[in-house]
Amino acid sequence: MSAEIQANFYQTNPGPEGVLATAETLRWEAGGGFHEKLMETIYADAARIADRAVTRPGEKPRFDLDSTIDRIVTSRVWGFPMMLLLFAIIFWLTISGANIPSAWLATLFMDKIYPALHAGADFLRLPWWLSGFLIDGVYLATAWVVSVMLPPMAIFFPLFTLLEDFGYLPRVAFNLDNIFRKSGAHGKQSLSMMMGFGCNAAGIVSTRIIDSPRERLIAMITNNFALCNGRWPTQILIATIFIGTLVPASLAGLISAAAVLSVALLGVLLTFVVSWSLSRTVLKGEVSTFSLELPPYRPPRVLQTIYTSMIDRTILVLWRAVMFAAPAGAVIWLVANVQLGGLSVAEQIINLLNPLGVLIGLNGVILLAYVIAIPANEIVIPTVLMLTVLVAHLGGAGSGAGVMFQGGDSSTLSVLQAGGWTLLTGVNLMLFSLIHNPCSTTIYTMYKESGSLKWTVVASLLPLGMGFMVTFFVAQIWRLFIR
Amino acid sequence: MTEKQPTLESQAGCATCPVHNAANLLKLGVNMEDWDFVVALSGNPNVGKSTVFNALTGLRQHTGNWPGKTVARAEGGFDYGGHRFKMVDLPGTYSLLATSLDEEVARDFILFGQPDVTVVVVDATRLERNLNLVLQVAEITDRVVVCLNLIDEARRNHLLVDERRLARDLGVPVVPTSARYNEGFPELLQAISDVATGQVATKPYRVQNEPPELKRPISQLVDQIQHVFPDLPNARWVALRLLDGDERIIEAIQKGELGDLSHGSSEDPAGNLELRLEATR
Repeated sequence: MSAEIQANFYQTNPGPEGVLATAETLRWEAGGGFHEKLMETIYADAARIADRAVTRPGEKPRFDLDSTIDRIVTSRVWGFPMMLLLFAIIFWLTISGANIPSAWLATLFMDKIYPALHAGADFLRLPWWLSGFLIDGVYLATAWVVSVMLPPMAIFFPLFTLLEDFGYLPRVAFNLDNIFRKSGAHGKQSLSMMMGFGCNAAGIVSTRIIDSPRERLIAMITNNFALCNGRWPTQILIATIFIGTLVPASLAGLISAAAVLSVALLGVLLTFVVSWSLSRTVLKGEVSTFSLELPPYRPPRVLQTIYTSMIDRTILVLWRAVMFAAPAGAVIWLVANVQLGGLSVAEQIINLLNPLGVLIGLNGVILLAYVIAIPANEIVIPTVLMLTVLVAHLGGAGSGAGVMFQGGDSSTLSVLQAGGWTLLTGVNLMLFSLIHNPCSTTIYTMYKESGSLKWTVVASLLPLGMGFMVTFFVAQIWRLFIR
Repeated sequence: MTEKQPTLESQAGCATCPVHNAANLLKLGVNMEDWDFVVALSGNPNVGKSTVFNALTGLRQHTGNWPGKTVARAEGGFDYGGHRFKMVDLPGTYSLLATSLDEEVARDFILFGQPDVTVVVVDATRLERNLNLVLQVAEITDRVVVCLNLIDEARRNHLLVDERRLARDLGVPVVPTSARYNEGFPELLQAISDVATGQVATKPYRVQNEPPELKRPISQLVDQIQHVFPDLPNARWVALRLLDGDERIIEAIQKGELGDLSHGSSEDPAGNLELRLEATR
């Protein structure tokens, strides 16, 4: 465009419109590749300035530790075995390390404080229903949650955070990227899945890093298959008392860890399968590309990591569990003690749910526990135990309905066996704990993030339906071949 | 430098020295009612922005060693040297060309939010790549402070970064920090405060070696933009974006948002941004 025409534009179009018109014409004049030329200029200037400011005294170290580690942990051959080994070690440390403090806390809460509270209530002449409600309901549920959940979390979260701080998680994402792409999902979904291993609600928020709405929805719907904080303790406890006891004591920790790892891996597998099915059916579309930067390894700050993971994760999750456990304990005590037609409300519901539960290798108690535990997965096990004691009438003289009992793995096992549990019940509970509806916090987050009622309902009911199907088939096959 | 007395009770000695002004820092967390200055925190992914943010505001945004940890903006505040600062932690980006949502969030905030100071956190061990972003930020705003972070890692890799030379070349303050080990924050706070209050005038380096065939179109468009929007602080950057065909900037001109900017009266940019983020979700 010549200068005269330009001047014309200026006069006919003096305002903002004129600026745009000029830009339009000049864009042609500047020619193609403007963007690239400009970027090259910026890069060149940046390189020049950086070069002037940085000096490297001496030779570059011949041995580059970071890339050596990367070559191993992201290698085609060693990448996956290394990943499995690392997570197996973490689970094993958690399971074998948590036993002793768990038993210690249980003794403190159940053997020392619990009788003391009852003695205090008797001294104050509290009516039986009040002391029962407060001590046998609220206190016991809370104490149970703390003694069962605190030790494994206090070991698991710092270890996981150390791994994160070290910089290993992006390598996991790198390893998994290829499978995600083949499932028709975004590679960054591996990162949101990693977050989901901590908390599904946080995982769903973190899918914001995915730009395409289609791929983001897939990531949200499948996030529930990443085993979250609230479900780790269930897995660890059930694996310890049902699967660990199948083998000699020296191998128990290892086998339990392997069982927990298998469930977690099954969750990853389901993530792929569901992503694949969604992207082939209702959420069809192209896979977008992205670049994933592998950050340098950093020496983890051990003490600080332990401190922040205790505060950020352990205490937070525990607090949430306690907040939900206390009212849940009250509800359980109430349904166990309010009589309707000769039976307690709880027994009536359990009898109603039992046929369905038994059909899928579980029982009515577990199903009722999952209804009560919708606000928080953390309280499933305490609820199951309280309800089991109630139905099996194990309380013994002096203890009212809805009272919980001493903790400790062996006594837990005997209570559950008295409640009619078998190995199948344990295995199916682990499966159902992995595959069922998300907790109410996650559902709400899903609704807020997706803004869609439809997809929230899909994300809630799809895993629930899958859970019923999986446990049903496992139960049928089990009964055909094993028993 | 003349310095006011520390506002908080402090013991004699180090605490009264202007360099050691961390005693003047009052972490406000999210309790931001009104503020004197807005500070934007930008940088490449995984350079420690959130760690810097947490250290200054006392908040505990989750940090982690992976890029893309911060997906939305986080806001917090601190009180330093008698002024209240609102700090906005932007998503980590490699550029400000708005090719994805997080780049757009970061770019829009620096452009339309008009922060009083934009702190660019850079990775001292990857200076060249990080400076690309610094240069792009400096095209939009003059008031830039470079936080040369991860200086501990640079030391570990036997890299020496001459921050004075860098400051001279870039024309803005450069403060070496090691956020993970809590080093360099007193100096960083002082630099932020100096730029915010105008005690230190910045004169950022502007990219100038563009190919000759681009020079004429750019200068011609810059002239016209300056004519139409006389008060616009970053006419050259707008010209470059227009020549690149940036839809968002074209739209901003059509809607008159850019006109508002040049008169310094863009209304509640933060609120608008939040709305737009919601809409794109």
